[in-house]
Amino acid sequence: MSFKTLKPGYSGEVKDRLENFNGNQLVYVGWDHHLMFCAPFTLPVPPQMTFGELRDQVMAAVFSPHPEWSQINWDSATWLLNGKAFVPLLDASLQAQGVDHKSLLRFQTPELAGFMSAAV
Amino acid sequence: MAAKKLNTKDKYRLLTRDLDWDFSYEDRKQAFPFEEFEGIKITDWSKWEDPFRLTMDTYWKYQAEKEKKLYAIFDAVAQNNGHTNISDPRYANALKLFLTGVSPLEYQAHQGFAHTGRQFGGVGARIACQMQSIDELRHVQTQVHAMSHYNKFFDGFQDWSHMHDRVWYLSVPKSFFDDARSAGPFEFLVAISFSFEYVLTNLLFVPFMSGAAYNGDMATVTFGFSAQSDEARHMTLGLEVIKFLLEQHEDNVPIVQQWIDKWFWRGTRLLTLVSMMMDYMLPNKVMSWKEAWEVYFEEAGGALFKDLARYGIRPPKYADVIEKEKEHVSHQAWWLFYSYGDATAFHTWIPSDQELDWLSEKYPDTFDKYYRPRWEMAKKMEAEGKRFYTKGLPQLCNCCQIPLMFTDMDNPTQLAYRDTVYKDERYHFCSDGCHDIFVAEPEKYVQSWLPVHQILQGNCGGPGLEAVLRDYYRMNVGADNLDIKGSPDEQRWKSWKGVA
Repeated sequence: MSFKTLKPGYSGEVKDRLENFNGNQLVYVGWDHHLMFCAPFTLPVPPQMTFGELRDQVMAAVFSPHPEWSQINWDSATWLLNGKAFVPLLDASLQAQGVDHKSLLRFQTPELAGFMSAAV
Repeated sequence: MAAKKLNTKDKYRLLTRDLDWDFSYEDRKQAFPFEEFEGIKITDWSKWEDPFRLTMDTYWKYQAEKEKKLYAIFDAVAQNNGHTNISDPRYANALKLFLTGVSPLEYQAHQGFAHTGRQFGGVGARIACQMQSIDELRHVQTQVHAMSHYNKFFDGFQDWSHMHDRVWYLSVPKSFFDDARSAGPFEFLVAISFSFEYVLTNLLFVPFMSGAAYNGDMATVTFGFSAQSDEARHMTLGLEVIKFLLEQHEDNVPIVQQWIDKWFWRGTRLLTLVSMMMDYMLPNKVMSWKEAWEVYFEEAGGALFKDLARYGIRPPKYADVIEKEKEHVSHQAWWLFYSYGDATAFHTWIPSDQELDWLSEKYPDTFDKYYRPRWEMAKKMEAEGKRFYTKGLPQLCNCCQIPLMFTDMDNPTQLAYRDTVYKDERYHFCSDGCHDIFVAEPEKYVQSWLPVHQILQGNCGGPGLEAVLRDYYRMNVGADNLDIKGSPDEQRWKSWKGVA
C-alpha cells in the first residue's frame, strides 16, 4: 500500500495534472554547468509550440541575462530529454517530439565553461 | 483543621497516571482510533516513563515565573531602543526569516501535539504531549512579542502568518509540518520530537540564539533562554518516545527506522535555511555551518546512533551525502535568495570582501573553487549598475519544495536531478532522499502544493510577479524585498546612526 491511512484505499488528488494549467504544459529547462541560474526554470508553454520558439523566445527570455547565452553555438550544443539523449527538431512542435507535460530538458554547451571558468 | 499536604510521590501519581479512566460502555479501541493503523504495537503503556515527572500545578508555577522575567526584559529592550543596538541592519533579516519561517512552526507544533496527545491510550504520553502543546503555543507568543519591537522599525515583519501560508520559500517549512501533522501520531512524534527536536534542534536554536547574542539582539537572546528549559524537556521526550517504541515490540523497529530516515532527510533540507543564516546573514558570525554540523550532528548524533544500535537502529539513510553537503548548502542557498531577492520578504546582499575571506578560510576545499566566482560575477554586475535578479520561476522538488538547487556532491558543478513516474505522471526531486520519500508514499505527495505550479495555474493572483507579491503575499514591494543597499531599512539605520 502506498500510504497508511485510517481508512484503506485513500487516494490523493493529483494537483499538477495537465488540465490544471489552462492549455499550457510545463517544461523544465536547465543549462548544465551554468549555476548563475540557481535552479532549472519552470516554463509554461502550449504543447503546440515549436522547439525553435521554445529555444529562441521562451528560453531566451530567462537565460539571456547570462553573458554566454549569446555565444552559444547551437550546432555543438547537446540535449537530454528526461535523462536520454535528444536531438530536437526546431520546426516541429513539442508535443510531436515527445516533450510532454513536466518533461525535463537539459542542454550542454561544451565550449562554454561559465564565468571565470567556474561553471557559473 | 488544615488539609494535609500530599507528598511528592502521591501528588505525581494523582496528577498524572491517575488522570486516566476505564471505558465501561465504550470500546477503548474506538476511543483511540489512530493508535494502531501505522502498524506500531504497544503492549504495555504503563512502561512509559515520564522524563521529567512534572505535574501540571508545578508546570504552571515554573512557566509563570519565566514569563514574568521574559516580559520585563522585552519592556527594557523597547524602552532602551534595543533595535539600535544590533550589529548591523542586515541582522534584522535573520529575524524576518525566523519570524516567517520558524515561529509559525511553533504554532503547528502546538496543534500537532494537542492532536497527537489525544490519540494515545497511555496517559503518561498524553500528558507529556499536552505540556509540550502548551509550551509550543507559549513559544510562538513569546517569539512574536520579542520581534514586535523590530516590526516598528524594520520592513518585512508585518504579515508573517499570512505569508507563511503563501510565500514560495515558506512552503518549505510549512510542508514539513503539514506532512508531519497529517501522519499518524507515532510518526508525528518520531518526526518532531525525535528526528527534529532531539537530533537536529541544536542546529536551529544554538545558532539563532548565539547569533542574536553576537549581534546585540537582547530580545531574541532572552526568549531563547526562556524557551531553552522547555526544549530540554522536549528533547528528553523525543528520546523517551524512541526507546519506548523500540522496547515495546520488535516489529516496531523497521517502521521507526523508515521514519528516522524520512524525517532526518526532511529536517536537514529544512535546515538549509539555517545554514545560510549562519554563514551569510549574521554580520557577526558565530561559527560556520560546516563547524556546527560537525559538532551538533556528526559528534552528538554519532554518539546517539551508537546507543540506538542495540535496538537494531542504524544511522539515517544518506547521512553520508549530508556529510558532504555541509561544504555546499549554505552557499547554494544564499545564492538562491540573492538571485530571487526581488521576490523575498527580506533583503539580500553580496557578502563583503572580509566575509568572502572568512568563507574561504572556513571552507578551504570548496569556497574559492565553486562559490567565490559567483560573488565576483555579482559584484561585477552590480558595479555596472545591473544588480542581478533571476527572471522566470524555478523548478521545485516535489517533496521538500526547495528549488532544484542542490548539486551532485561528487560533481559540485552539476545540479542533481531525480525523477519518477507514478500513475503516468512525472515527478521531480532534488535528491535521492526526497525521491525515496515520495516513492514510499506517492498518494501523499501527488497533492503537494508547489508554489510555482500554483502561480502558473493562476491560483495566486497575478498574472505578473509584482501582483503576486503585493496582492497575494501582501509584501510591501520595494520596501520588504530587493537588495539591502538603498532600502528604507538601510536609510533609517543610517539616520539613527547619524551617517550619510
